[in-house]
Amino acid sequence: MTVNGNGNDTGAATTEDLEPVEDFRARARTWLAGNMPPLGDGWNDRSDERRERERELQGRLWAGGFAGICFPKEYGGLGLTTDHQRAFTAESAPYDMPFSLNVPTLGILAATLVEFGTHEQKLRHLPPILRGEELWVQFLSEPSGGSDLAGCLTRADRDGDVFILNGSKIWSSAAYASDWAMCLARTNWDVPKHRGLTMFIMKIHQPGVTVEQIRQVDGTLEFCQEFFDDVPIPASDVVGEVDDGWTVASRLLVHERLAVGGGSPYTSGASASHDSGGADSTMVDAAREAGREADPHVRRLVAEAHVRQLVAGQLVRRITGGMATGAMPPPAGSIIKLFGATNVMRRTEIGLEIAGGSVVAWPEGDPGVGAQLGANSLSRQGVSLGGGSNEIQRNIISERVLGMPREAAADREIPYREVRRGGSGR
Amino acid sequence: MELQLTEDQEAFVSTTRRFLAAECPTTAVRALELDPAGFDPEVWARGAALGWTSLLVPEARGGGSLSEHGLSDLVLVAEEMGRLVAPGPLVPVNVVAETVGRHGSPTQCDEVLPSLLDGSAVAAWCGERPVPGRRDGDRIVLDGTSTPIEAGAQAAHLLVTVDLAEGPTQVLVPAGTEGVAVTPLAGLDLVRRFATVHFEGAAVDAAAVVGRVGDAAAAVDRQRQVACVLQCAETVGAMDQVFDMTLEYLGDRYSFGRPLSSYQALKHRLADDKTWLEASHAIASAAARAVAEERADADEMVSAAKVWIGPHATELVQDCIQLHGGIGVTWEHDLHLYLRRVTVNRAAHGTPEDHADRIATLLMGVPA
Repeated sequence: MTVNGNGNDTGAATTEDLEPVEDFRARARTWLAGNMPPLGDGWNDRSDERRERERELQGRLWAGGFAGICFPKEYGGLGLTTDHQRAFTAESAPYDMPFSLNVPTLGILAATLVEFGTHEQKLRHLPPILRGEELWVQFLSEPSGGSDLAGCLTRADRDGDVFILNGSKIWSSAAYASDWAMCLARTNWDVPKHRGLTMFIMKIHQPGVTVEQIRQVDGTLEFCQEFFDDVPIPASDVVGEVDDGWTVASRLLVHERLAVGGGSPYTSGASASHDSGGADSTMVDAAREAGREADPHVRRLVAEAHVRQLVAGQLVRRITGGMATGAMPPPAGSIIKLFGATNVMRRTEIGLEIAGGSVVAWPEGDPGVGAQLGANSLSRQGVSLGGGSNEIQRNIISERVLGMPREAAADREIPYREVRRGGSGR
Repeated sequence: MELQLTEDQEAFVSTTRRFLAAECPTTAVRALELDPAGFDPEVWARGAALGWTSLLVPEARGGGSLSEHGLSDLVLVAEEMGRLVAPGPLVPVNVVAETVGRHGSPTQCDEVLPSLLDGSAVAAWCGERPVPGRRDGDRIVLDGTSTPIEAGAQAAHLLVTVDLAEGPTQVLVPAGTEGVAVTPLAGLDLVRRFATVHFEGAAVDAAAVVGRVGDAAAAVDRQRQVACVLQCAETVGAMDQVFDMTLEYLGDRYSFGRPLSSYQALKHRLADDKTWLEASHAIASAAARAVAEERADADEMVSAAKVWIGPHATELVQDCIQLHGGIGVTWEHDLHLYLRRVTVNRAAHGTPEDHADRIATLLMGVPA
């Protein structure tokens, strides 16, 4: 039995049946050289053109037989191991890859679908996902509260074979340009909050759904808010059990922490999100641009930034390996998330220190590395907020990894309709 | 340590842990505070019998390991010793034993290895910074100082790097050689002893050269790597133990009618400490693997481990002292034993700042 990073059978009967990793690696190397374009400057671009380009790149992977390396064979994947995936990712480093499909589509939503989807749901969605035809997002957070995810107010009321969805979700990345979502909604108000939720698959662009883009500090319009007005969802699109959506959401969050931390078996190609604090070459370039390569303080900072990346990589390897064998409990994924976020915070600070005065102003149309580091710093806290804030990760680590007492909660064990609620502004 | 060990390694860890708990509890460490050697030779010999000094030596030379690479096993001993801040010159003895086993002449192996392997003698490593020297016919004459040298005053053999015109050269200098004077130093760790070794016209003949004259650069690099890997493993063991003690303490201790561990401010601190701790385990293990497998990135991983672990170890222990309250700054509580050990390890074999500059050189070259 081959087990992937989440302890799921990837579909292979025995390891003997599998192509040896080194053979796979050699085959991948040849195929990549012949079929994928070299990595250019645009890989981290968040534009709509880039997104469409990545769908096409994913299609190439599918056509070449290299899409969904750890996804089950039955649903279009290759049913191989994380070692195969690691080998492919290593070989793909010089090439342009559909990086943004990793998070959230493949690493979070497809991973959750593999775990909880019915046979029909998986058959319907996983192959198109692996072909780059379906981009997915999660509809979890609401304007009334970010961290208290189970305090969800969006409601789905059953009416025969359908549920009618009303409410609003927020902070979904690029929902306006995506196709499908997993949406958490309250289906029962007479039970405590965690027990009255259901997870749904829903088409984003349909009557009754309004998607608004939110402008971020860096000027991008990636985040969205959605409004639902009597949107019908077939009962066959329930993921997991009715009123057991919290189980699905909890696992979705585990997949999210793994995927964002770089430890998901379902992502392919080096994850871009790790380097959002500035890649090593950026730090070195900034030091050169500032003419400070010989400054002992700057040298120490460049080294620290590099060491942090090395440590982050090793931590991911340790924790995900431990989670696969059971030596680490699933909530240990929060260690990766917290480390990654604090790492970006510190690396961003290092970037500002190295860049010095060059963050202030630059010739029109000619921003240097320093300008880029300064602009990056504006959204520094984003990674410490998205996917569960650092504070929530610290709660999880202390309570569910270390076994310390849980926080008191005023909403535990009482019907959700009796729980006190504040304002609902975004 | 690695989360996944082989069955042999699991058994080895458990034997080592039982032995240390019985023979080297912190009360025994405290009892050695004023002991000149800082360790009990009889306990050291019994540790050696468990394999503490033979893992880096080839079987043909009387050593042997559990895994393909003995260093992967030896870091387990280092980590267990860190958990109890145990005494004993693990680093210098193993560094010297490995070097003699790899590069020593048959005569050197016969003269030096048996006593190191059975623990009846210890060795010191004066290898990090070369001592000035010159050729005088067949002899090599040393004039200079090595300091601080762990177990320098207890060692029967000194492995010294000499700066000769031909290049760095390593020689084995027997303790008591004319012209060698050893001055014990006082130090921060309760039981880890350092000394200054003065060489004043100390002469050895050609048979004392380990390997070839002028050709020791790679051996010295390897020694530095092994020393740092063992030291980092020991520090991580100490961090792990202090963290566990603190987690337990916060659960047992009550104020305002509730356990300290129920306060979110303290829970969040332990979550951060746990994150640093796991990161330290991860980079220490990565460095150990890279050095064990003699990979091209061994130097980089070792320096990364030194840069990361040193300051995080001292900060974690200091934070745990804070979480213990007043008892944490008393002599009677063991926390200071750990703080001493991780502070010494942070600064020995290159400070985090020294290693950061090595990384910077890898990335940007040497400053003009």
